Amino acid sequence: MKTFDYTVTAANGIHGRPAGNLVKLAGTFKSTIIIKKGDVSNDLTMLMAVMSMGVRKGDTVTITIEGPDEQIAANAVEEFFKQNL
Amino acid sequence: MLKLNGTGASGALAAGKVKILHRYEPGVSHTISEDTDAELERFEAAKKKTLLDIDADYKKVLENSDEEIAEIFGMHALMTEDKEFNSHIKDVLYSMKTNAEYAVFITGKKFAERFSSMDDDYMQARAADVQDIVKRLIKNLTGSKNTIQEFSHKAIIAADDLTPSETVALPKDKILAFVTENGSVNSHTAILARSMGIAAVVGVGNKFLENLNDDDIITVDGYSGEVVISPDEEFLKEFNEKQQNEAIQKDLLYDLKGKETITLDGMGIKLFANIGSAEDADEALKNDAEGIGLFRSEFLFLDSNNAPDEQKQFEAYKSVLEKMQGKKVIIRTLDIGADKQPEFIKLTPEENPALGIRGIRASFLHKDIFKIQLRALYRASVFGRLGIMFPMITDETEVTEALDICKEVRQELLQEGISFDENTEHGIMIETPAAAIMSDRLAPLVDFFSVGTNDLLQYTLACDRQNSSISHIYKRNEPVIRLIKTAADNAHKNGKWIGICGELAADTELTKKFLEMGIDELSAAPSYILPLRKKIRNLSL
Repeated sequence: MKTFDYTVTAANGIHGRPAGNLVKLAGTFKSTIIIKKGDVSNDLTMLMAVMSMGVRKGDTVTITIEGPDEQIAANAVEEFFKQNL
Repeated sequence: MLKLNGTGASGALAAGKVKILHRYEPGVSHTISEDTDAELERFEAAKKKTLLDIDADYKKVLENSDEEIAEIFGMHALMTEDKEFNSHIKDVLYSMKTNAEYAVFITGKKFAERFSSMDDDYMQARAADVQDIVKRLIKNLTGSKNTIQEFSHKAIIAADDLTPSETVALPKDKILAFVTENGSVNSHTAILARSMGIAAVVGVGNKFLENLNDDDIITVDGYSGEVVISPDEEFLKEFNEKQQNEAIQKDLLYDLKGKETITLDGMGIKLFANIGSAEDADEALKNDAEGIGLFRSEFLFLDSNNAPDEQKQFEAYKSVLEKMQGKKVIIRTLDIGADKQPEFIKLTPEENPALGIRGIRASFLHKDIFKIQLRALYRASVFGRLGIMFPMITDETEVTEALDICKEVRQELLQEGISFDENTEHGIMIETPAAAIMSDRLAPLVDFFSVGTNDLLQYTLACDRQNSSISHIYKRNEPVIRLIKTAADNAHKNGKWIGICGELAADTELTKKFLEMGIDELSAAPSYILPLRKKIRNLSL
C-alpha cells in the first residue's frame, strides 16, 4: 500500500477540468485509489463523488493506493497533483 | 412599474423587450418493466446519443471560443459516464424493475441533492449540471424533439432558471440580457453572460414571471441586481443616461484593460486599488486593478457591537485574496482612534484624537484584539499573496514590537499545525512626518512602505483637512512631496518597494513626479485606475 498527503494549492480546488482528468488518470490503473478528506473517503475514479467532497484550496487530502501497480500509480497520481492541483 | 431585486451576476445595463423562455420539462412516467435487460439496453442507447449531443454542444461553444462554457460540457460528458451514477441506475433497474426513464430520474434527483445540499455556492450550482444531463438522457429515452425558440427581434431572456444546454441553444446575437428567478452567480447563465459582456440578474424570485408578459419593456441592472418591469418615462430616461455613461467607461476599458501601465519611454508602475470591504474587490477587478494597495480592515470592526471573531475576519480576508487570484493584497491592521472607535473598544476620550491613541498605538493597548486579527490574516495568507501593513508608525521600536507580535502569532499557528504563507510581506504606512524622516532606519526592518498622504499632509502642515476655512493650506503639498522623496530613496537604497495609497496617488498632476521618484505602486479608488493608466501611458519622463 502506498499513501501520500497533499495540500491543494489550485485556486478552484478539485473541480472542473483537473478533477475530470484526475478521475480519468485514476481509472487507468488496476490499483484501488482512495481519496480522503476529513472523515470522508471516496474512490478516486468516481467523478461526482470526488467533486461532492468539495475539496478547496488549502484543504489537505490523503491518497491511498493499493494493488498490483501501486508504485506506478502512486507516482503518476502524486505527480498529477503537484502539476495541476 | 414594478421594481424587483436579485443578484447582479454580470455587470452591464440593458433595457428592452422581454422574451419569456418556457422550458422543456420532461414528463417521467413510472412503469414496471420485467425485462430489465431491455431497459438497460434502452438506457445505454440513450447514453450514447446523449454523449454525442453533449459533444456537439462542446464543439459549438469551442468555435465561439467560450472555453469556460466548453469546459462545463466536457464535465457533463464525464459525469454522464460516472461509474457511481451508472451503477446506481443499474441498481434501480434491477431492484425496482422500473422503466429506464424513472431509474435515470430518481438517480439524478439523488445526485443533484448531494450537490444542492452543500454549503457552497459553487457546488450548489453543480446540481444544475446533474439536472442538465438527466434531462438530456430522459429526452433521448422518450425520443422527444427539441423545442426551438423563435426570435424575431433582440430580447431580454426571462426564465425561472436555465441549464447549460438550454443556454447554448439560444441564438446569441438576439440576446440583450438574462434575468432568472433562481440561479446563482456561479450558474451557467451568469458565466455565459459575463463571457458575452451582457447584463444578467439571477435570483429575482417568483414575483417576476408572475407579473411578466412577452414583449413587456424591462430594465436590467447587472451591477445592482435591480430589474424593473414596465418602467415609467422618468425612470427610463435616467436609465438611458446611465447606459450612455457606461458606454463611455466601457470604451476606456476597451482601450486600456489588460494594457501595461507604462510610460511612452518604458517606465513602469503598478496601479492598485483601495478598498473598504470584501465586495469592493469586484469593483477593483472590473477596473483592472493590478492588486489591492490598501484594504481597510476597519469595516469589520466598526459595523459590529462585538469584536469580530477570528473566523469572520478570516473569511473576509480570504474572500478578497481569492478574488484577486494571486495578485498582491495589502491589508492594513485595525486603524481606529478616539474619533472612530467601535463599541467594544473603550478608548478614553482625548483632547486631540488625531495625535492620540490610534492605529498601531491602539493595537498595542489591545493586544488580544490585535493578535486575533493577525491570526486571521496569516490563516488567510495561503489563499493568495498577502501583505500586512501597520498604521501610524513613528519609529523603529514600534515596528520591532509589531513584528515580534507577528512572530509570536506565527509560532502559535505552527504549534497548532495551521499553515500560513511564509512569504507574507510586512510593511508600514508612512503617514507621520517622523516615519518619513526616519525612513532610513525603518526600511531595513520591513518589506515595503506605503505612503498615507491624507494623514501625512495633515500632520506635516498642521492642518485639519475637514476644516474648510484652512483648506488653502491643505493644498500646499510640496513639503509632503519632499518627505515622500526621502522615503522613496531610503526604501530603494534598502531594496524595498514603496507605494502611495492616499488621495494624492489619484492626482494626475502629480503622477509624473511620482514616476520620476521611482514610486513602485499607486493605489487609488477603483474608478481612478483606468484614468491613471491613460495618463501614464501618455507620459514620458
